[in-house]
Amino acid sequence: MYELLTGPLLWFSFAVFFIGLGVRVWFYFQGLDWRLDRVAYTTQLPYGLKGAWRSVYKWLIPFGTHSWREKPVFTLIFFVFHIGLVIVPIFLEGHVVMIRNGIGVSWPTLPQGLADFLAIAAFLAGVGIGIRRFALPEVRILTDAKDVALLLLTLALLASGIMAARHTESYMTWLTVHVLCGHIVLLAAPFTKLAHIALFFCTRIQLGMDFGIKRGGMKTNFDW
Amino acid sequence: MPEGKLCNKKPVSTREELDALLADTNGRQYYAEMEQLDVDADALWATIQKSMKSRLKTWLEICAHCGLCADSCFLYTVNQKDPTQVPSYKIQSTLGEIVRRKGKVSNEFMRMCMDTAWSKCTCCNRCGTYCPYGIDMGVMFSYLRGLLHSQGFVPWELKIGSGMHRLFRAQMDVTVEDFVDTCQWMVEEAQDEWPCLEIPIDKEDADIVYMINAREAKHYPEDIVEAAILFHIAGENWTMPSVGWEMTSLAMFAGDWEACKMQVETIYSAMERLRPKRMVATECGHAYRATVIEGPYWAGRPDGKPPVECIHYVEWVAEALETGKLKIDPSKKIKEPVTVQDSCNYVRNAGLRECTRIIMKHIAEDFREMTPCKEHNYCCGGGGGFNGIGRYRKQRNIALKMKREQILATGAKLVVAPCHNCWDAIRDLEEEYQIGIKWTFLKPLLIKMVEVPPHLRPEE
Repeated sequence: MYELLTGPLLWFSFAVFFIGLGVRVWFYFQGLDWRLDRVAYTTQLPYGLKGAWRSVYKWLIPFGTHSWREKPVFTLIFFVFHIGLVIVPIFLEGHVVMIRNGIGVSWPTLPQGLADFLAIAAFLAGVGIGIRRFALPEVRILTDAKDVALLLLTLALLASGIMAARHTESYMTWLTVHVLCGHIVLLAAPFTKLAHIALFFCTRIQLGMDFGIKRGGMKTNFDW
Repeated sequence: MPEGKLCNKKPVSTREELDALLADTNGRQYYAEMEQLDVDADALWATIQKSMKSRLKTWLEICAHCGLCADSCFLYTVNQKDPTQVPSYKIQSTLGEIVRRKGKVSNEFMRMCMDTAWSKCTCCNRCGTYCPYGIDMGVMFSYLRGLLHSQGFVPWELKIGSGMHRLFRAQMDVTVEDFVDTCQWMVEEAQDEWPCLEIPIDKEDADIVYMINAREAKHYPEDIVEAAILFHIAGENWTMPSVGWEMTSLAMFAGDWEACKMQVETIYSAMERLRPKRMVATECGHAYRATVIEGPYWAGRPDGKPPVECIHYVEWVAEALETGKLKIDPSKKIKEPVTVQDSCNYVRNAGLRECTRIIMKHIAEDFREMTPCKEHNYCCGGGGGFNGIGRYRKQRNIALKMKREQILATGAKLVVAPCHNCWDAIRDLEEEYQIGIKWTFLKPLLIKMVEVPPHLRPEE
């Protein structure tokens, strides 16, 4: 089972993940329409690119925008959650070794202690996000089963990874659960809200171009 | 009854249709007919398939349901944080639902959508700047308004308003003759005090073509004269077109995109006919948004720009003060605490945040910022057509509370509101809540403060 999951199936899941998200990005930009969106994307490209860059960059910085600063606790939880979910999987030694064995490509890794810390922090932040989802009426009213399912999947991925890293007696069980969750995440990403992994950049670029070209970007930079 | 006599899917195209609507007191018959209006689900779905592309589709799909938009919306805050006022909820439960049901929705559902689109969102676009994905629910509500309009579910006043644009190319029944006459007699009245004052109509190749809000021609003609006096003092070479002088767009509030196009094309052809160096727009927010920001796209201009450079009145005033074309008598600067209302339409959505600060530096001794301000300011409470819809007066009055609190927190006694909608909302706010403030456009303030060059002064 484990060999299969970390062998050919893994490359299949990666392919679905990258090609699927690539296709979504492609169709997103293909579907932008200057008349319908009322943004002169191509004729005012330099203003658009400037607006796009600022719109992405500012939102990637913790507390970089008015919105992030207005909700400091959420912002902290949000960034801890996402840093854990992005940095750890890419730079974890176990993952890098697996990739190297598979395709011979390698890159620097995180110290295990730091990776553990980031992963545990991300798990706790995820729990916090879950609690917030039900504790706050303005979030509860928006929440649906898919939101909960995706959060549980992500938490399961983190928890099983954290447990597997502890090399306990049930190591193989945790590892198998972890790899299974990883597959589900990779396979589901292009078809669910996990697509925001790529579409976050697309929608931010679009709104950045809108403000950069049409809504004032030729006179001032929007103060995100 | 599929199509009512007054409430139907057909936009106003004759004077008789318009008069029939106007004769219907408070739209009683209109709204009664609306309850029977059929929804053409096939046409609705066809429109969505044709016009909803990746931007809107992705916005609807990707929303993480995080609720960060809640506190960005003043209507959520002033309605005791009612969760049904969360922007994401409002758009998902209306437009989102129409899309999920592929247009197969009931009359009752469409009326709920209408009430939401026009009384729970002013299209101020603030939420879009607080969403991590940049999901702009103001844009989506504007799109929803267009869908509702195409099916006949539009507030009575806005059906009339967009009908006016279709018939008169103005939001009110002001004809070319009415407009030119108004300018002439207003100038004649002012000439005692301002010899040589004129409102040049249809002058070609002037430096400035000045365009206004039809309310000024119809109800506040003194505003036109004030503009004329200030251009006169500043020594501007300016003109107004006899056709294409009106730059507001109730059609934009109504979601009547065809009428929006008709309106801006009239304006743009005036610009092309008169060939001014620049257009100066009166103190109106949505008029500027419609004519300068959105208009080029309605008219199909690929560069997204009007035919000539267009600036808002606050830009012209700031420039005139900075360059010394207008000079303020220091002894006449405003002494009392004063604040400024930043219009969503030309500050958040057009980047003109600094102009009013420059103006205040010249005219006020005790200028106080609202919190928040500039592009993060809240809507006045009456934007997006909210002010003008009787059906939602109660909700609009609640909406004014945010501005009331912001103004009270500044301690200002005077609010400068260089926007017709904001001006109205703040006037209504004072009438409703009596917080002891005055409100004003820039022009009457400036007239009292500017130094008049000796050669322009009336002979003793």
